[in-house]
Amino acid sequence: MSSILIQNGRVICPRQGMDRVTNLSIRDGQIAAYDAPAEGHETVIAAAGKIVAPGLIDMHVHLRQPGREEDETIRTGTMAALAGGFTSVACVPNTDPPIDTQGTVQFVRSLAAKADNCNVFVLGCVSKDREGKELSEIGLLVEAGAVAFTDDGAPVYDAELMRRAFEYCLMFDKPVLNHAEIRELTQQGVMHEGLVSLVLGLPGIPPAAEDVMTSRDIALAEATGGRLHIMHVSTSGSVEAIRRAKRRGVKVTAEVTPHHLSLTDESLRTFDSNYKMNPPLRGREHVNACIAGLVDGTIDVIATDHAPHSKEKKMQELDRAPFGIVGLETALGLVVTKLIEPGHLDWPTALSKMTIGPARILGVSKGTLAIGADADVTIIDPDVRWTVDPSKFYSKSTNTPFAGWELRGRAETVIVGGRVKFRR
Amino acid sequence: MACETAEIGAIPEHWNRRHLLGLEDLSAEEITTILDKAVQFKRTVAAGERKLGLLSGKTCVTLFFENSTRTRTSFSLAARRLGADTIDFSASASSLSKGETIIDTAKNIEAMGIEAVIVRHRTPGTPHLLAQNLRCAVLNAGDGPHEHPTQGLLDILTIRERLGRLEGLTVALVGDIAHSRTARSNIWGLKKLGAHVIVCGPSTLVSPQWEELGVEVSYSLDAILPRVDVLNLLRIQFERQTMRPFPSVREYAHLYGMDSQRLSRTKEGILVLAPGPINRGVEVTPDVADGPHSAILEQVNNGLAVRMAVLWLLIGNRG
Repeated sequence: MSSILIQNGRVICPRQGMDRVTNLSIRDGQIAAYDAPAEGHETVIAAAGKIVAPGLIDMHVHLRQPGREEDETIRTGTMAALAGGFTSVACVPNTDPPIDTQGTVQFVRSLAAKADNCNVFVLGCVSKDREGKELSEIGLLVEAGAVAFTDDGAPVYDAELMRRAFEYCLMFDKPVLNHAEIRELTQQGVMHEGLVSLVLGLPGIPPAAEDVMTSRDIALAEATGGRLHIMHVSTSGSVEAIRRAKRRGVKVTAEVTPHHLSLTDESLRTFDSNYKMNPPLRGREHVNACIAGLVDGTIDVIATDHAPHSKEKKMQELDRAPFGIVGLETALGLVVTKLIEPGHLDWPTALSKMTIGPARILGVSKGTLAIGADADVTIIDPDVRWTVDPSKFYSKSTNTPFAGWELRGRAETVIVGGRVKFRR
Repeated sequence: MACETAEIGAIPEHWNRRHLLGLEDLSAEEITTILDKAVQFKRTVAAGERKLGLLSGKTCVTLFFENSTRTRTSFSLAARRLGADTIDFSASASSLSKGETIIDTAKNIEAMGIEAVIVRHRTPGTPHLLAQNLRCAVLNAGDGPHEHPTQGLLDILTIRERLGRLEGLTVALVGDIAHSRTARSNIWGLKKLGAHVIVCGPSTLVSPQWEELGVEVSYSLDAILPRVDVLNLLRIQFERQTMRPFPSVREYAHLYGMDSQRLSRTKEGILVLAPGPINRGVEVTPDVADGPHSAILEQVNNGLAVRMAVLWLLIGNRG
């Protein structure tokens, strides 16, 4: 196989606590050596002034296939991932049919292999048909390659089912990922409940809808010893509940999306459905709480909740337009612009939330540049300023609220398994 | 024709609005311009001029996705009095039920060559969505609980006519504040023109957060009765409520219903408004609704005048 030398880059590997300028050698698909001479490599990539990071991992991506190919396919979604600097994604099973059988897991994995873009890890359904009634065949799904379980798109609503899921997944050391929402409190809600929803007359989604479910899940995880991961945390109450649970030793982890860190409910004053997501964009105090949670380690992961919707679906009245936005191609720029530049996170901490953080939760041997590891590498230009242009997206959908934003930092070269898969 | 135009005058220099989406965006000056023009139109019509030619050759479409009789009729009549043609477009009779998006529908209607779309929709922001996608004027005739600017304007005009001013008056909006577009439009307009606004109703329908808009929040109608100049009794929007926010209609009427007994404890010269349609016996008893303090029918007349003024200001100069 090929050999690549990445020359004079600032190699940041949070897993190893490494942050230094060096030459990184890749051979036969693996990280081979540091401080290596350029001689003897087929390809030399000059990386002076660039950051050389473990390939980024997004553990919350809706690839939409099978069933909603008009919004995204495994091929276009994984191409968007590469363009965003991601070498691995975990795809959410709320497809049609949902990923609740070995056959669907295999189908997704085979399409991902055929697309041959980035690594795709499959999340399986907690419940059969995502109906929230009985457990899916979790053991068989694990054998087929599912790495974690979630009914995302919807919460696991039945508390007894959730308890059983924690217990059952313990056998396989797999986490249960939950979308924390109490539906009775959200009803027809389209945005965060607060002053802005009051002014706009839009039905609100109160923070308590998330807080109550987060606390229930924590109690059940604590009672069973199960592994809980709270998806797309958006409220100060959730952050605080997770913080306290972690202190007690509950096996809980959490993720936050770049958009919940970058935008507030004020955006809805435009009535643009690209600001409609679930959980909704919250008020400033919640955004600050999420940032504080990232800083103190309460929140382990930055994940996009990449949710493609075709234009005709989003161009509707706010209550009809579906929740969600695409995120793969703007995530890194938002992290740099909104977290690193203002000084909330340093580069190693930010990268840990997008590499070793998700790798540990999913139990996959990724997210590290240790010698012998799979050569998944993202070379980032940390200084480049660029303007978000959805017409240039690789994703099949362009539902982003960040069109026209000037962001700083972008993936320049993306290497998956020792092969250069993307060069800007 | 010429003499009518002379009487109404020209569209003021400072007026450069293309749409009327809400009163939140309008300045006090713009609101006053509309009110003053409405008064002129009202006089012209009262003087017997039932058909002005100011908008002749122009076409207005009413695009109503929620049931309405009085607002739609009022807008249509206003447009016709100005000489415009009107078309009523009903959502149920359209291809919207065949899966077309609202923007497609509106663009198709616009392509037929029209100057204004008057839209009512259950969802806040839908008129704004249309305004972003159409070249013609968009008038918000009520978008869910968000705004109903012409209702706000006609309420304010009625107060100004009856009490001679707005500055320094205390106006109470009573009832289902949470779901009321009339409340929101009234608040913006009244505040800009210097009135003090109280929102009063059950705590499940009146969040303390309203205070952040600079209005007073009260849960006791009886407590505020002696100091208000105007009572605007809002309809309980049963159709917008997901769970009934009070235990019974009887209890609501007991706490917030306006009857003659409560009326006797108000200031002399109290003005009672209701945007209608009212639930008689719930928000207001018939003797109050039909009594001398009530301006409910004047509101209807002023609605016509305000809508004439708004239509003329928005499309009077469009070629």
